[in-house]
Amino acid sequence: MSENSTLAHHFDSYAQQKESASLGMWVFISQEIMFFGGLFLAYTIYRWRFPEAFAYSSNELDIGLGLFNTIVLIGSSLTMALAVRNAALGEKNGTVRNLILTMLLGSVFLVVKGFEYAHKWQHHLIPGPNFQFSGPDPVHAQLFFVLYFSMTGLHALHMIVGLGILAWLTAQAAKGRFTPENHNYVEGVGLYWHFVDIIWIFLFPLLYLFGRHHLT
Amino acid sequence: MSVHVAPLKTYIYVFLALMFFTVLTVGVAFVNFAHHAPKGIGNVLNDAVAMSIALTKAVLVVAFFMHVKGSTKITPVVIWGTLIFMVILFVFTGADYLTRPMTTFVPVMSQ
Repeated sequence: MSENSTLAHHFDSYAQQKESASLGMWVFISQEIMFFGGLFLAYTIYRWRFPEAFAYSSNELDIGLGLFNTIVLIGSSLTMALAVRNAALGEKNGTVRNLILTMLLGSVFLVVKGFEYAHKWQHHLIPGPNFQFSGPDPVHAQLFFVLYFSMTGLHALHMIVGLGILAWLTAQAAKGRFTPENHNYVEGVGLYWHFVDIIWIFLFPLLYLFGRHHLT
Repeated sequence: MSVHVAPLKTYIYVFLALMFFTVLTVGVAFVNFAHHAPKGIGNVLNDAVAMSIALTKAVLVVAFFMHVKGSTKITPVVIWGTLIFMVILFVFTGADYLTRPMTTFVPVMSQ
């Protein structure tokens, strides 16, 4: 074993080290799923209890922006997956390029989200004393927006954290720290980024698409 | 050591499939399945379709982007374990809410 080996002394092989790193990340994602699970449960219970308020509230969201952001975020998952692939092949430039693309797409998502939030603010759809809603049952429509801001807000927070980690990862990749044998940081950050993508895959139909068919 | 890397086209195909399902879920959201279904199940059909599509997309991401396809067996154990606990969370809480009257939510503003 060479002096600058990236195999930690407590592992027998690179394969074992890689498996341990991925498994640790999956256990972390597991608790993240449970963490988001509480919000998904609250959404399910209240939508079941107040279907009309939730259906009308859902129609206040911009389906075009939601679709655009879904495409952008899945696109960022593709570039992230390609960055991991580049790292596994030892392609340093490809890794850096795809990580930067991932950060760009993630930023586009957050900017669009910001415009959506601003629009809700202008239309008095922020829960609280200034909440105004023309549809039926405005009291419980507030519940929808409480959940909308909690769920998308927590999701956006995860993306902001992810962008910070990606910036660090890109710097490490540019220094050539990752090898086909050990690019476990790239794989781990990839797992986190894809998890955030999956949360959005469920948020998009639950928040934006539900209630759409009541108008047809 | 040999490193197993999936070909580029696998990632592109998975991405295209995810795009297809995204457009599909938006399209079917505007169809009211209750108009085409027997009474009783119509009002949950739209949800069932949307969630099935979302689940399909999630499985694609997990299997290919997150490399669970081709991983050792311990990773699916963690994932299934998580899903079982999610089911417990939803079933037990849901049973509680379904079997007792829910007090009406009255925020301060409406008083």
